[in-house]
Order: sequence, then C-alpha cells, then structure tokens
Amino acid sequence: MSRATSSLPRTIAAHTILIAYTAIALFPVLLIVVNAFKTRKAIFRAPMALPDAESFSLEGFRTVLSQGDFTAYFQNSLIVTVVSIALVLLFGAMAAFALSEYRFRGSRLTGLYLALGIMIPIRLGTIAILQEMVATGLVNTLTALILVYTAQGLPLSVFILSEFMSQVSDDLKNAGRIDGLSEYRIFFRLVLPLVRPAMATVAVFTMIPIWNDLWFPLILAPSEATKTVTLGAQMFIGQFVTNWNAVLAALSLAIVPVMILYLLFSRQLIRGITSGAVK
Amino acid sequence: MGSLTLNTIRKSFGPIEVLRGIDLDVADGEFVVFVGPSGCGKSTLLRVIAGLEDATSGQVVIDGEAMDGVPPAKRGIAMVFQSYALYPHLKVRDNMALGLKQAGGSASEIKARVAEASTMLSLGDYLDRRPAELSGGQRQRVAIGRAIVRHPKLFLFDEPLSNLDAALRVNTRIEIARLHRELKATMIYVTHDQVEAMTLADKIVVLNGGRVEQIGAPMELYNRPANRFVAGFIGSPKMNFVEADRLGRRDAAAIGVRPEHIAVDPQAGEWRGRVLHAEHLGADTVLFVDCERIGTMAVRLFGEHRYRADDVLHLTPDPKRLYRFAPDGATLSEPLASEAPAA
Repeated sequence: MSRATSSLPRTIAAHTILIAYTAIALFPVLLIVVNAFKTRKAIFRAPMALPDAESFSLEGFRTVLSQGDFTAYFQNSLIVTVVSIALVLLFGAMAAFALSEYRFRGSRLTGLYLALGIMIPIRLGTIAILQEMVATGLVNTLTALILVYTAQGLPLSVFILSEFMSQVSDDLKNAGRIDGLSEYRIFFRLVLPLVRPAMATVAVFTMIPIWNDLWFPLILAPSEATKTVTLGAQMFIGQFVTNWNAVLAALSLAIVPVMILYLLFSRQLIRGITSGAVK
Repeated sequence: MGSLTLNTIRKSFGPIEVLRGIDLDVADGEFVVFVGPSGCGKSTLLRVIAGLEDATSGQVVIDGEAMDGVPPAKRGIAMVFQSYALYPHLKVRDNMALGLKQAGGSASEIKARVAEASTMLSLGDYLDRRPAELSGGQRQRVAIGRAIVRHPKLFLFDEPLSNLDAALRVNTRIEIARLHRELKATMIYVTHDQVEAMTLADKIVVLNGGRVEQIGAPMELYNRPANRFVAGFIGSPKMNFVEADRLGRRDAAAIGVRPEHIAVDPQAGEWRGRVLHAEHLGADTVLFVDCERIGTMAVRLFGEHRYRADDVLHLTPDPKRLYRFAPDGATLSEPLASEAPAA
C-alpha cells in the first residue's frame, strides 16, 4: 500500500517548495541583519558578503543608540502594540461571544457590519481620523494610535473569534449556567481558555501590521515623545544622504521585540493545537 | 419534594413551532423518560424545564412554585449532558464543587457532599485528575456526580448514554437505575433509545413533532399503544403494519402485529412468504419474510432456529394480539388479550 505522505518524490518536491519560499521570505531580513554589522564602505562594496574581521563594525548600532532616544521609541512601539492587541482581543472576543451566543434582533446585521471593516482599509478614513484627533486634542499622543489600531484590528478579530466561539460546546456553557456562573464568568473562565489558539492567531495577525506601521505614527503622532521605532528609523533617511548603517541597525533592533512577542503567541498556538488533538 | 408540572408549554424558534402545547405531571420520586425521534422537541422541552430556554408560552412549576423568570441555578435542578460538559480546566473535585461554591455553601459541607457523591460513584481515586485524563465512562460518572452533589429536587438527563460504547451504556444504565432507587429523587431523562426508555422509566412520555403522543408506564405503551406512531416506536424490531384492504378487512385502515406475536410454520399458515434475511442472535432469531401481497414482515422467534434466506414459510399472527388503526392513526380498540403480559 503506498501512502501519499511517504512517497519520496512528493516529499522532495514539497521540501523544495518550502525551502525556496523560506529563502525568498528570509533573504531581505538576512540582508538587513548582515549589513547592519558592516562598515559603510563594505555595505556598498559587497552587499551580499558576510562581515569579516575587516568589514565588521558596530558603528550603526552606536549611532542608533546615541542619536535620538531609541529606548523611548521602542517603549512607545511596545506600549502601542501591546495595549492595542489587548484591547482588540478583549473587545473582539466579547463582541464575538455576543454574536455567536445570543440571538437578538439584528444580530446578523451587526455581525455583517463588523465584518465590513475587513474589506475597507482604515487608511481611507485618515483625514477624518486626523480631524477627529485634532478636535479631541489627541494628536501626538499614544492614545490616538492605540484607538486607531484597535479599530483597525477589531473586524478581523470579531470575524475569526466568532467562528471559533460558535464551536464551543453549548452544553458546557449551559452546565455553567446551571451551576450558577454569571455570563461574564462563563465568558472569561469557560469560553476564553477554549478559544486560546484562535486568540493567538488573532494576536499575531493584529500585531505585525501595528508594529510595522509608518502611516499613522507619521500623521497622528510624529512628535519626539511619541515616535515609534519605524518612524524613528526614518530620521536616518535624509533627502540627500542616508545613514545606511544606522537605518539597518535600527531595523535589525526593531525585529527583536516583535519576534519575542510572536514566539510567545505561537507557543500558545501550538499548545492549543496539541491539547485539542489528544483530548 | 420534587414534583414537576408543565402547563401547555409552547416554544417557537421564529416561525418554527418546536413544542406545540405540552402538559405533564410528574410526581415526587418518579423516573420519567421523554422519548421520540430526533427533532421531536424532547431536548428543547428539557431545556425549557431547566430554564436554559424560555418557553414562548406556558408555565413550568417545580414543587408548586412557578418558575417564570427564575434562572437555572435557582430552580433546584441539576443536569447531566450528553457531551458530559465538564469544565476542562478544573479537577474532578472542583468540577463537582463549583455549583455549591457558587451557591455559597460552607467548605466543610462542600467537602462532605463531594465525598458522599464520589463514594456513591466510586470516583474517589480520580478526584485530583482533570477531565482530559479520564475515560468516557469516568467522565460521565463525574458529570452525574456533579449533579448529585447539588442535592437537586429534579435531575435532568439529556441523552447521557449516547456517547458511550455499548457495554458501558448497559453498565451506566444500571448505575442510573440504582441511583434512582438510592436517592429516591425525581428524574427526567431524555433519550431517543427506546430500550433505555423501557428499562429505566416509571413513566414514558412519547413525543413526536412537538406533541405528546402518549404517556404511560412502559408495559402500558407496549400493550396498549394509543396510536400507530407509539405502536411503531415502542418495541424492537418494530411492529409490522399492513394496510387493511390488502387483507380484505374493512374494520380498520391498517393492521399492526408485533414480530414476537407471529407464529411460523413451514407447512401451513395464514400468510405464505419467502425468507429474505435471517438474524441469528442466540437468544432469539429475527426473520424478515417477504409475503408477496402484504409486504415484508419481521418475525421474532425465541431461541435458536435453523431457518435461512430463501426458505418458504407460513406465518400466522396471534389473532388476540392484532392492533387495528383508524385512517388518522389512532388505535381503534384494544386487542382482546391486551392485559396479557408479554410472552
């Protein structure tokens, strides 16, 4: 009996495709990291070469750490990202629970309205958002960014989570009701732990665009005190001269925190998947 | 304490009427089984009693108190679910204790009640495990334990055995019957399996299409079914029905005879037929006989018999045990020997 999964040519083909994709996806990242550790001259002379004794330099990192307040930029990025994810997960899960658990007039319409946000990019509303922020005095605050990113992340979050919540056993929720748990405790204690893998997925999907975003920080919060890492790295890109060492070093550093966050969530994700499989 | 009265319960989901006016009285300590095909509304009815669904109209009365707007936790009920519905993050002990904790019971009382229930169900060794570490049968026992701990006026079981394998099902069925005797509690049990209904119930409620078809003791339903639906639903293999004009009878629309009330003879008899299929079960033998004019008849013989497919046989129904049904399905008159116990 031949099993499709163990056929050698298939395995080779699958691995070739996967390795090729990995290489293509990682190449730009690798290029950034490698060149961040080289002297300016070496970057231009041999952009593909690995740093050797002669071309190795930490000049870029020194510039980044000395010029501008990068610790503060990192802090801003982290605050904005973490708080936004937290809000997106909390409100998204609550809305998803309401939509999947309760029958009420217009519940389908509400769900559709919330899902509409997936299809319409929030950037179309930039001018209106800016006007609102000016009117409410929130320009140049992290709150402005957090609000916008929460709004940006919610539609997908509600969509994915309500799909998962409707799969949580009704019997379990009803058992909780008979035992006298409040709807809030049923939500937080019974339902949320069971949709943890879905929450991790949503967190990852929400986190990356927020961390990498340049658009809203540039428009809503460009002040020195509220700069995010992506925006901060831009100060090394000048109209005439670009300090490539510093740009590459800043970008290399910017990868680290988001990678840690990703690892945290993906662990959850894997744990969720395996715990479901052995039940 | 532990009586239940349902007054004309109706329930609709949008335009779909699931329960069409259900009246029922359950006395204290009774074991009542709701049985019916899937989609007949039996689970919905149980949910209405539990307060998990609101009835569109009608009233649930538990122990003489109307339960309008009373939340499930305050109705004095406990429920056992088909999928066990144990809290996955809690140990067996905490699964059982949660309801009492919510109700504000004292720690010592909770401990005593959990100990009592776990002895009753021999769960003592598993109290510190999580549900994921238990087998299906153990999980169902924990679910039953969680119900016992609450000392409810009313136990509600929602198809508790459907997820268990056949051997475990029989064991758990016996265990539930034993619990009913020991606790002397009122129990309402929903199932689609007529064997569970017949073996457990003091009183069976046969539901179909959101209506009660008949209420009665198991043998009453077997011997005196109110209509063709109940006659066909209770008993296995199910009752044979023959349109009356095929038999040349004018006194009914259809005639029913149970497989166990047909005698078989190779030489002579009322209906001649050819065996299509024979099931040899040891204790009894089930034959499916094609009797040309009147259709396929199931025959149940006790003990071992050597009949095989393609044998030609003659069937003779016990005339005292023929049922006659009107065109609307109602049973016309009781068979002559309806008081006789099942052979």
